[in-house]
Amino acid sequence: MTNQPLSSNRSRVDLEYRRKTNAEEMRYQIVSFTLMIFLTLLAFAAVAIKGFTSWFTIPFIVLLAAVQVVFQLYYFMHMSHKGHEAPSMFLFTGLFMGLIIVLAFMTIIWW
Amino acid sequence: MQAEEKLTYETWPAAPERATLEAKNKFLGFWLFLGGETVLFSSLFATYLALKDKVPDTSQPLAKDLFELPLTLVATMLLLTSSLTSVYAMYHMKNFAFKKMMLWLGVTVLLGLGFLGLEVYEFNMYVHEGHKFTSSAFGSAFYSLVGFHGAHVTFGLGWILALMIRNYKRGLNLYNAPKFYVASLYWHFIDVVWVFIFTVVYLMGMVG
Repeated sequence: MTNQPLSSNRSRVDLEYRRKTNAEEMRYQIVSFTLMIFLTLLAFAAVAIKGFTSWFTIPFIVLLAAVQVVFQLYYFMHMSHKGHEAPSMFLFTGLFMGLIIVLAFMTIIWW
Repeated sequence: MQAEEKLTYETWPAAPERATLEAKNKFLGFWLFLGGETVLFSSLFATYLALKDKVPDTSQPLAKDLFELPLTLVATMLLLTSSLTSVYAMYHMKNFAFKKMMLWLGVTVLLGLGFLGLEVYEFNMYVHEGHKFTSSAFGSAFYSLVGFHGAHVTFGLGWILALMIRNYKRGLNLYNAPKFYVASLYWHFIDVVWVFIFTVVYLMGMVG
């Protein structure tokens, strides 16, 4: 652990820089939120419009959900930041196991 | 850096959620928990997909008879927006703006309550249409999955409220900043699960 007394020698420039990077990150968050809303509306529209076959609609909306979750994880939950190696490992291991479970239940049970 | 130290805007670290050893441990442990939650919800999704529309006779409603697009859309928008407001709260936490953080957490809680209200209304409607927990395998799988998510929302609301009340007069320090951060991670994870629920349960249910 780093225990340096950081208070006295930090300059104004430093603080100003940090405030700016935080504000910039917040802008990215808003962009990703807008995209997430857009993807959600697209998925609902694909279902509301009756013209498509389910062979198109189902893979399409699942893909939209996957993209949206990437935004949520990497921007809202800050997984794109440094120091998220262990969290990524935990999450992707869970996801890997989860996908196998889904595959197993969907194939073994009714075949 | 000590957890109890009185800090100001100038001395507030850039990553308060990981500034102390306790915070680092909390951060790592919570992500491990989220990995486990992913497996838990995957199992519930797998069960739902395997048992979807498995009903004993034709008098029971199927997914395509039950779900309605507008209700799901409103619930989705409420939860998605609450995810953004909790991002706002953490933005203010990083800038050491305690009051603004509390304000946005309050908005998050209100949106979450709105979502929960809609879910109660929805479940009540389904029960009146004959879709109950014990009426079919489909019913059991549906209420386990969506109900478990609803329970997570309820727990998340209680958690955030408890943090807000407990720290109301205390202000921000390195002891409670990681707690707020971890609670907001939990809230986002609830939204991640909901994205799959509205896609796999509701939208795929309406497609057929």
